Amino acid sequence: MQGSLSNDAIKIILITGFLIWVMPLMISTYTLTILIVYGMLGLSLGLIWGFGGILCFGQAAFFGLGAYTYAIAAINVGESTAPMILAVLVPAGFAALLGAMMFYGRLNDVYLGVITLVVTLILFKFINSTAGPQYVIGNARLGGFNGIPGFQTLNIPGSPEAYIWGDSYFYVCAVLLAVVFFLVSALLRSSFGRIAVGIRENETRMSLMGYDVRARKTALFAVGAAIAGLAGALFANWAEILTPSLFSLGQSAEIIIWCIVGGLGTRMGPVLGAAGLAYLKFLLGQQSAVDNTLITGLILVLFVLFLPKGVVPAVAGLWKVSFGRRPLGRTHHQRRPRNRERVSG
Amino acid sequence: MAETVLETHGLTMRFGGVVASNNVDFKLRARELRCLIGPNGAGKSTFFKCVAGLQTPTEGEIYMRGVETTRWMPHQVAASGVGIKTQTPNVMDSLSVFENIWLAARRFHDPKDANRKTQDIIERLALGSIAKDDLGRLAHGERQRVELGLVAVGDPWLVLLDEPAAGMSAEDVERMTRIIHEMNKTAAIIIVEHDMQFIRSIAKMVTVFHQGEVLMEDHVDRVMSDPTVRNVYLGKKN
Repeated sequence: MQGSLSNDAIKIILITGFLIWVMPLMISTYTLTILIVYGMLGLSLGLIWGFGGILCFGQAAFFGLGAYTYAIAAINVGESTAPMILAVLVPAGFAALLGAMMFYGRLNDVYLGVITLVVTLILFKFINSTAGPQYVIGNARLGGFNGIPGFQTLNIPGSPEAYIWGDSYFYVCAVLLAVVFFLVSALLRSSFGRIAVGIRENETRMSLMGYDVRARKTALFAVGAAIAGLAGALFANWAEILTPSLFSLGQSAEIIIWCIVGGLGTRMGPVLGAAGLAYLKFLLGQQSAVDNTLITGLILVLFVLFLPKGVVPAVAGLWKVSFGRRPLGRTHHQRRPRNRERVSG
Repeated sequence: MAETVLETHGLTMRFGGVVASNNVDFKLRARELRCLIGPNGAGKSTFFKCVAGLQTPTEGEIYMRGVETTRWMPHQVAASGVGIKTQTPNVMDSLSVFENIWLAARRFHDPKDANRKTQDIIERLALGSIAKDDLGRLAHGERQRVELGLVAVGDPWLVLLDEPAAGMSAEDVERMTRIIHEMNKTAAIIIVEHDMQFIRSIAKMVTVFHQGEVLMEDHVDRVMSDPTVRNVYLGKKN
C-alpha cells in the first residue's frame, strides 16, 4: 500500500465527515444506516478474501451469529454495552474454531467453500427449528422462524434508558465503520497484514520461509468474523427484530457479489459494492416490474465479463492513467516494452 | 573436521508400491557443498522434499544439528534456519521484489532490521533497478535470483536448492554460482541438479542417486569418470 497510516487516517476522517454531511441530504438516515451496516459486512469479507485469499461462503453465518448474540445477550443483560462486545467476540471465537479445523486440516479452497456454506445452512436450519418454548437461553427465547423481537437496542453505555436511535444511530454506525476501516488499514500495513497478503500470493513459499500458514489464516479468518459480527449487532439494532433469514444462502451470496463488483484486493471496493448494490436492491424493491435478484445476477455476470477486477480498481487505474504522477528516477520507456512483450507473447 | 549438520538414517519413502527413496543414509557437514545427481526418478527430489519437510518419510529418521526433524512441517524446518528453494519458481508474483524479500527477512528480524537486511540483499544481488517491480513481470532469470535472495536473507545455516540453474542463461548461471559460493561461506548447501556443466563448475562432493538408493558418493571428478555412473545416466544396465 502507498502512503502512510496517518495519511490514511486523515483521508478517512475527511471522507467520512463529507459523506455524513452530504448523504443525508439525498437518502434518509434510516436507509443509510443499513447501507453502512452492509458496507461493514462487505469489508469483513473483502479483508479475508481480497487480502487473505480465503473465500468464505459463510460470511453471513458470522453476521447472523453476531446479530443473534447481541439480541440474546441484550434480552438477558438489559443494557447494550456487554452485548455489543459479545457480538464481536462470539463470532470471532466460533470462526477461530472453525478456521482451525479447516486450516489445520489442510483443506483446499473448494472444501473451504463447501464447509463454510454448510455451516451457514446448519445454522439456518437450526435457528429455524427453535420455535418451541424449550429453546431458551437465559430469558431469551430463540423463537425459530418467528425470530427474536423486542430486545434492548443500543443505549449510551451505562444508562439503559438513553436509547441511541434515528439520526444519532446513523452517526454512531458511520463513525464505527470509519473506525473499523481505519483498523483494517492499520492491520494491512502491519507485518501481520503484509504476511497475510504473502500467504494469499503463495502459501508454499510462505511456509518455506518459516511462517505457520495455518495459524495465520485462522487468525485472519477470526478477525473477519469479528467485523462481520459487529455488523450483525448493528443490524440487530437497526432492524429491532431478527429472523433466521440472516443465515440464508441468498445473504451469503450477496456478500460475495458485493466484493466482486466493488473490487477485490481493495479496502474501499467491498464497502462501496455493498452499499451500492444494497441501495439498488432497495430502489428495485419499490417496483414490481423486474425481480431484483434477476438484476443482481445480471450485474454480477456483466461485471465478471467486462470489469472482472471491480469498480474501484478500474476507477483507480483510470485515475492513474489520466492524472498519475510519473514516478521519479524510474524511466517509463524502460518498463513499457516489457508490457508490450507480455501482450504479444 | 567440521560438525555434521544434516544426517539421515535409513530414509525410505514409498508411494503405494513404488519405493521412491530406499534406505538412504546421508551425512552433510557444516559449510559443505553437496550436489545430488541421478537420472529422472532416481529419488533425489523425494529425498530433498523429505529433508525440507514437504513430505514425511515412510521410514527412517532425519537429524539436523542433532535434533530429530523427521516429522516436522516445512515451516518448522524453515524457521530453524534452513533456506529452501523448490524446483519450480515459488514466489509471490503480484508483490514487488522488495516486498518478497522483506517478507522472508521479517520472519527472522523485526520490521526495521528486516528493511535493512532487504536493502542489503537487494544490493548484493544487484536487484536495485527492479526492486519496485512486481515479480510477475520479471524474466525467469531475475525471478530465480529473487528467490535465491529470499533464501539468503534469512541467513540460513543449511540451504536446499532444487535445480537452481534450470532454464537460465549462461550469464544468469554464472551470477547464481557466485551467489551460491557466497552463501556457502556460512551455510552448508545441498543442490539437486541435472545440468552436468553447472555441477562441474560448482561441485566438490557429489552424491549419485539411482533407483531410490545412493549409488556412490565421491569427489566430482571421480564420479564423472566412473563407468557405473555413466551407464546409469545413459540408461544402460550394468
